[in-house]
Amino acid sequence: MNIDELYQTIILDHYREKHHSGLREPYQAEVHHVNPSCGDELTLRVQIDDGEFTDISYDAEGCSISQASVSIMTDLLIGNSVGHAMELHDQFLEVMHSQGAITPDEDVFEDAIAFAGVSKFPARVKCALLGWSAMKDATMQATADAG
Amino acid sequence: MLDTFRIRTDFPILQRRVGESPLVYLDSANTSQKPRQVVDAIAEHYLQHNANVARAMHLLGAEATAAFEDAREKVARFIGAARAEEVVFTKNASEALNLAANSLGAGLQPGDEVVISVMEHHSNIVPWQLVCERTGATLRWFDITDDGRLDLEAAERDHLINERTKIVSLTWVSNVLGTHNPVTAIAEQAHAVGARMVVDASQAVPHQATDVATLGADLVAFTAHKMLGPTGIGVLWGSYDLLAELPPFLGGGEMIEVVEMARSTYAPPPHRFEAGTPPIAQAVGLGAAIDYLDGIGMAAIAEHEQELTSHALAKLTAIEGLSILGPTAAVDRGSAISFNLDGVHPHDVMQVLDSRGVAIRGGHHCARPLHKRLGYQSSTRASSYLYTTPAEIDALADALVFTRDYFAPRFKG
Repeated sequence: MNIDELYQTIILDHYREKHHSGLREPYQAEVHHVNPSCGDELTLRVQIDDGEFTDISYDAEGCSISQASVSIMTDLLIGNSVGHAMELHDQFLEVMHSQGAITPDEDVFEDAIAFAGVSKFPARVKCALLGWSAMKDATMQATADAG
Repeated sequence: MLDTFRIRTDFPILQRRVGESPLVYLDSANTSQKPRQVVDAIAEHYLQHNANVARAMHLLGAEATAAFEDAREKVARFIGAARAEEVVFTKNASEALNLAANSLGAGLQPGDEVVISVMEHHSNIVPWQLVCERTGATLRWFDITDDGRLDLEAAERDHLINERTKIVSLTWVSNVLGTHNPVTAIAEQAHAVGARMVVDASQAVPHQATDVATLGADLVAFTAHKMLGPTGIGVLWGSYDLLAELPPFLGGGEMIEVVEMARSTYAPPPHRFEAGTPPIAQAVGLGAAIDYLDGIGMAAIAEHEQELTSHALAKLTAIEGLSILGPTAAVDRGSAISFNLDGVHPHDVMQVLDSRGVAIRGGHHCARPLHKRLGYQSSTRASSYLYTTPAEIDALADALVFTRDYFAPRFKG
């Protein structure tokens, strides 16, 4: 098993220097998600204005895969629409469950293409999905409250 | 040290390779590997003697019942129990502890106190939380010192064990820190205030000689799969007089005497606590595991692990950026060693080690409160057994240095 396939340089770079890390104000919803089996923990806040993420902030502790995934996700989503985020969420989920069969579109996924390799390591898929699941949950809460 | 070359021929799985590397199995505190003798005994039982126990009256039923009860006698002898009826078979150590919490805790009342410790496995925490919530009793716990020993001074200062204490439940050997706890001395304190002492011996019985007659505990829980036996069977030992006083835990077939529609009476121990078809072939496998361990000798196994632990602690403490959780000297400690590499998450450590054939465990090892107490979210644990060699410890140390440099290049050169 080649670990370089799992630990792409992009992932290690984001792990060593996380983007948008730290909890910030203002926020409309905050969620706390954990992977009970491994203990990855993530507190994530979203602020949505006019259908766009003006901020996604977080405090996370966990493995390189879960940390890099949330870091890359914030790069992709902040400044973009909620609708686009939900589409990306679903596509990312599909890639992660494809066991390496789906190659993500680099124009859409940017640094997140690095996770295609993670999908070949079933035990680590949930690490990559932690941030995305938390984002979806927080977004649903924020938009439900607004509605 | 033990003749691991010969012992390892009994464990075909240890000949496996992971990619280009030989398998280095250092996860025995999670579950041990099984020798051919145990697997053969289970196969022989299923292929030649299989029937339900106690209720089947034919020849096979008699053979299965005899095999099941023979395993009970082997367990009793192995742990120094006064009689076989003191050995209750459960599905695992967790069920044994749940049995203890429910049956021993049935009489708890508001104002009563149950004492555990912050170093317990979740299965010696959650059952007591549940019974305390249900009865209104108060849950208290021993803290630990920074080097991973029970903080006995703080416990004495805070009158942790007092006249309100009804149950004390402690692990004999920590599954994370490796610490050996002075359970006999604490049992004396518990008994002095009229409390009962429960011991989680899951990480002790597989690794050292056990004598429940002198341990001081009232109930002792452990599991087969960590001592070369199969999964699916655990043990709760209790003195017969105590077991005879306790109410049942799970209801069903085999644990009854007479069933009426309004109420039932219950069988005497141990069957009172063994509702339903028990783990029969697993008991046979446990018996074979005990034969195997006896053939090598628990004293020799303990000595082997002591030497491995000294070697491992020396190798690991020499790695820059590595911190050990728990005692760093091989004194009053078992062979499970947990640690963290600075800047590398335990799951990443586990993944990189796995790619080099080294199987260890990363996570909170079902001891989240302990990790929190020590200021860690999780850790990596390497654990040895009678088949572990010093060369495997060396492979672990080499793989850890590689892992550290892979994630934290600052250590390189």
